[in-house]
Amino acid sequence: MAATGKRIVTPLKRVKGLGAAHTGTHHFIVQRVTALALVPLTLWLVWLVLGLVGQDPFVVRARLAEPWTSTLLVAYIIAFFWHMQLGLQVVIEDYVHTRWMETTLQIAVKFVAFLGAILATLSVIRIALGN
Amino acid sequence: MRERPLSPHLQVYRWPLSMALSILHRISGVALSAGAILLVWWLMAVAAGGDHYARFVTCVSSPLGQVALFGWTLAVVYHLLSGLRHLLWDTGWGFERERAQMTGWLVVVGTVVLTAVVWLLARGGV
Repeated sequence: MAATGKRIVTPLKRVKGLGAAHTGTHHFIVQRVTALALVPLTLWLVWLVLGLVGQDPFVVRARLAEPWTSTLLVAYIIAFFWHMQLGLQVVIEDYVHTRWMETTLQIAVKFVAFLGAILATLSVIRIALGN
Repeated sequence: MRERPLSPHLQVYRWPLSMALSILHRISGVALSAGAILLVWWLMAVAAGGDHYARFVTCVSSPLGQVALFGWTLAVVYHLLSGLRHLLWDTGWGFERERAQMTGWLVVVGTVVLTAVVWLLARGGV
């Protein structure tokens, strides 16, 4: 932030558009809601994977293609990447203080989270549709 | 700007349990983000089938793959249990020193036990 000593600008004017202003809790709440979703979904995923260890590829594929399994997998993927992206954002905000590096990392995290979510979801759809 | 010390002054604290667990929550979270590569790779390999799936199985069965999977399990279990502790705090419950200490140790013991259980089941033991 540049020094504002010589500018005739009130602090309120300066922070408008930069501060929390009634959306401050949004990040906090979405992080908790995705966390709540991930509790049962993670337990389910671990249970699913345990049942597939050492199984024949066709068995694995058939299992993942089941309607509820593919549905919950996509639910897990969305909740996971959403939660991940929110968490990494806070970690970067807290520890990376060089402006260009912080901005680059923040944008990179969003892009990678989107790509990961799309790759995983499309894979589940391919499995579910049997292609 | 002149360099000034940043608070909290971590280097002068004796590390209480909650402090160690707090930073571990972050570390395990970052580790899980990296572990997402495993999840995406697994799903892509199943979708592609054939050699792709065989290559995935070879990689995760290798010693390095097993270490990565074990680390992933540890991070999942820890982040899950520690996350539940955070969610309880969000309801306003468990801030008293004794309770925070108790739930902290529950997280530690729970992580060890549950990780062991998952791996015993995965190895077809028990």
